[in-house]
Amino acid sequence: MKPRAAIPAALAPLLLGGCSYQHYQSIFGAAAVEDRQFLSLFWFFLGVCVLMYVLVIAFLVLGIARRGRTADANVVETGRHHTSDPAMRSTLIGWTALIGIGLAGLAIASFVTDRSMAEAATGEKLAVTITGNQWWWDIVYNSADASKTLRTANELHLPADVPTRIYLKSNDVIHSFWVPSLAGKQDLIPGRDNDITIVPKKVGIYRGQCAEFCGVQHAKMNLVVVVEPYPDFIKWWEHNLQPAPAPTTPLTLAGYNYVTTGPCSSCHNVGGTPASGQIAPDLTHLASRKSLAAGSMPMSKGNLYGWIGDPQSLKPGSKMPTIGLEPDQLHAVVAYLETLK
Amino acid sequence: MTDVRADFFDAKPSEGEHERVEAENRRLAAERKKIARDGPKLKGAKLAARLEATWRRPPGIIGWLATVDHKEIGRRYMITALMFLVLGGAMSLLMRLQLARPDSALISAERYNQLFTMHGSTMMFLFAVPVMEGVAVYIIPLMLGTRSTAFPRLNAFSYYMYLFGGLMLWGAFVLNIAPDVGWFAYTPLSGPQFSPGKRADIWAQMITFTEVAALAAAVVLTCTILKCRAPGMTLARMPLFAWAMLVVAIMIIFSMPAVALCSGMLISDRLVGTNFYNAAEHGDALLWQHLFWFFGHPEVYIIFLPATGFVSVITETFCRRPIFGHAVVVLALISTGILAFGLWVHHMFATGLPRVGYSFYTAASMSVSIPTGLQIFCWLATMWDGRPRFPVPMLYVVGFIVTFVIGGLTGVMVAAVPLDLQLHDTYFVVAHFHYVLIGGAVFPLLGIFTYWFPKFTGRMMNEALGKVSFWLTFLSFQLTFFPMHWSGLLGMPRRVYTYPAGLGLEVPNLLSTIGAFVLAFAIVLFVVNGIVSLYRGAIAGPNPWGAASLEWATSSPPPVYNFEHIPVVESNTPLWDSEGELPVVTGLRVDEKELLLTTVVAAAPDLREPVPAASLWPLITAIAVGIVFVASIFSPWALAVGVVPCGIAATAWFWPKELKRHPEPVIS
Repeated sequence: MKPRAAIPAALAPLLLGGCSYQHYQSIFGAAAVEDRQFLSLFWFFLGVCVLMYVLVIAFLVLGIARRGRTADANVVETGRHHTSDPAMRSTLIGWTALIGIGLAGLAIASFVTDRSMAEAATGEKLAVTITGNQWWWDIVYNSADASKTLRTANELHLPADVPTRIYLKSNDVIHSFWVPSLAGKQDLIPGRDNDITIVPKKVGIYRGQCAEFCGVQHAKMNLVVVVEPYPDFIKWWEHNLQPAPAPTTPLTLAGYNYVTTGPCSSCHNVGGTPASGQIAPDLTHLASRKSLAAGSMPMSKGNLYGWIGDPQSLKPGSKMPTIGLEPDQLHAVVAYLETLK
Repeated sequence: MTDVRADFFDAKPSEGEHERVEAENRRLAAERKKIARDGPKLKGAKLAARLEATWRRPPGIIGWLATVDHKEIGRRYMITALMFLVLGGAMSLLMRLQLARPDSALISAERYNQLFTMHGSTMMFLFAVPVMEGVAVYIIPLMLGTRSTAFPRLNAFSYYMYLFGGLMLWGAFVLNIAPDVGWFAYTPLSGPQFSPGKRADIWAQMITFTEVAALAAAVVLTCTILKCRAPGMTLARMPLFAWAMLVVAIMIIFSMPAVALCSGMLISDRLVGTNFYNAAEHGDALLWQHLFWFFGHPEVYIIFLPATGFVSVITETFCRRPIFGHAVVVLALISTGILAFGLWVHHMFATGLPRVGYSFYTAASMSVSIPTGLQIFCWLATMWDGRPRFPVPMLYVVGFIVTFVIGGLTGVMVAAVPLDLQLHDTYFVVAHFHYVLIGGAVFPLLGIFTYWFPKFTGRMMNEALGKVSFWLTFLSFQLTFFPMHWSGLLGMPRRVYTYPAGLGLEVPNLLSTIGAFVLAFAIVLFVVNGIVSLYRGAIAGPNPWGAASLEWATSSPPPVYNFEHIPVVESNTPLWDSEGELPVVTGLRVDEKELLLTTVVAAAPDLREPVPAASLWPLITAIAVGIVFVASIFSPWALAVGVVPCGIAATAWFWPKELKRHPEPVIS
């Protein structure tokens, strides 16, 4: 009876939402081994749960339909034999056994999936350290060769088919690293070392998001993840190891001078320049990234103007202060930043 | 070797002393003859008038504040909790407005974070738990066939502490210093370094208020249920709602100390610079989560188990037969209560604790569905074997089963570690716990309000309006919360004040917002129905539903003394089996407030216990304690200085009183 009324309302978003959407940030992305394993377990659980639900509702509907509303409905049935109806007692035992067996099946499936995820996580080839900050991600690609260690921010590049272990740390409060299309989440906790291993399978661009409430701009602590073929990834790494390109025009030179000597440099690092602040995202190849302000907006000239001119209105509470640049300073800074490919 | 004790007891009193004792006994016997008692000589209207005079509270505003009548306190508890429901609901409507569209700028991030903190804290601490306690404080003594709760002054104190905690939180909201760290206030975000100002302290002290109130109510309920039952109401014959509240009260007593500890340590981190949660100083941020969820998970069952009690009560009455598997339901309640304490780590699957350990918590979390499944079976079997009728309370029971089972099954899903790592902290979980808390607790609560409304007020709620508001509530609930499963799977985390366009989140969020407003309208309709029926509802009479338990054996609303004579219970369903005339016990004093206490298991008459008179001291103590709690947000000295007024108030409260007539020996 009632479930039927609920189903059309329930199906509408399923159909509408499902069609219009590219799995950019959804658990149905299936872009890595971890999410694929999650999905097969999810469908199995969903199947068992739907079956159990149908059983309960059938029992309810039949129980109601069985007697109907008889005329002498007010007559009370009491007495011991009613509380110990033998047929119902054996049904009760069967019911308990059914729940027990169902749960055992689900628990075993869950355990096996957990183990196989742990196994897939062994033999990592690449190590990345991500440090959570209010409200951005600091990313370091580790390498035995110190000159190859790469620091960037808010955009994670992963090579396809390569198991990558991501070490998770936090500089302030608890955050949670979550890229739904790739894998489940793992917390970044101050004073503790966590890690997660991902084996990406599908080349593409995905979106991640902090999943533990971490303060006022928790909603805009996002992450772009680029999964690319291994050679492209190596090319990207090599390119990003280069220092920032030198300014070539008077306007970009003015911007360079402002960024490297002005207030920007006390927080931000621009590789190969005097700007060497460490407490804010690295800007060395800022313009080659796809987004600004931890995935808050796409990278574009307009958004650079907006973000640098008045960060507090685009991401209120962000640690990036509104400096109050003169218009010509702003032109110069944006022009310079745009060259940081 | 001589037995010293035998010598002691065999010692003969001296001649003079013996005479003195005799004289004293004669004097007591004469006194006792003057005592008025109920019985063949004193019954009917004369008895009612006598009891009324003894039990009624002092007149006027002082009497109103000093009352220790469990019905008045229970009513205040329920009305206050409903007001907080409306406030918490209003917060959710504001949130839904903000989330109706992507990239909405209606509400600022800061304000939004306050809204969801206020919504969660209000619903959990100021609505859900207190409303269950309120219903219980009102109905349990009636259901058990007694005249008052145990410790009625503690009961009054509990209400005032709860009220003051709620007023402090909402006063802070009005003054724009409302907390903004979420209802579970994870450290270090809520610690001194990342939440300067007083917002987080307000949250932590609100917890202190409500935990004191809940502990007091739990003690009152435990003692009432164990010692104040009518003679003959053995534990095996006790109504299932009383069983549910007994389990819940004991759970409160075991779980609240954990949250008292963790919020106390948070306050001390913030106030005097201890570093319990500061990793930089060798504290541990995760300690908070362990302690909080050791309380926080049982808290969910503290809300849910009373609701299962409601469902059992309604099902039995409207299926016209005793509940199937009474003992099975009792065992299910107890085992749920025990299992609830072994699950807390399933809130922490993403924190990187050892994987093997997680497997145990997966198994433990899933196993809760066994007792819950058994309870559901017993309700369904009662319907199957009975002759169900479907007035409004029973509709809510059906709505409960249809809705709650979905929440229970998604609960099984999030109990599995690999699934939870994706689903944790997303809107899927938001959908899950609203299915469990609204479907599992609020639906039965609305049903039981409709069911007990005639007992509370003497009038019936309007049936047609009730049906309309049931269907609106049920359908709009599904419209609000079902799409949240979907937005969660599409990657929408909890507690985000906005989301970008293009992720597929627009449609489910818009549907949720529309549903939320219809749901709010349906709840308003329910309240309107209550208010209108209060004045114009059909007169109910003592037992309008033809129910079986003792609260229906007295008039509606019950007199201040509850029962003219204390009933004697001979079965699980006394009013159905007694054929109209309940056996009663007589001989209780009517010139003093007196309870008949019975033994814990067999409910054999045990003691006669004087009941304290109305008193302002619980209120004054609550005010003193409240001032200390609020002041200690600002200075640690408040605790040292505050001991004095609290001590004075409590001393006055517990000052020994003299009865008007000489007390008799109370052991029979």
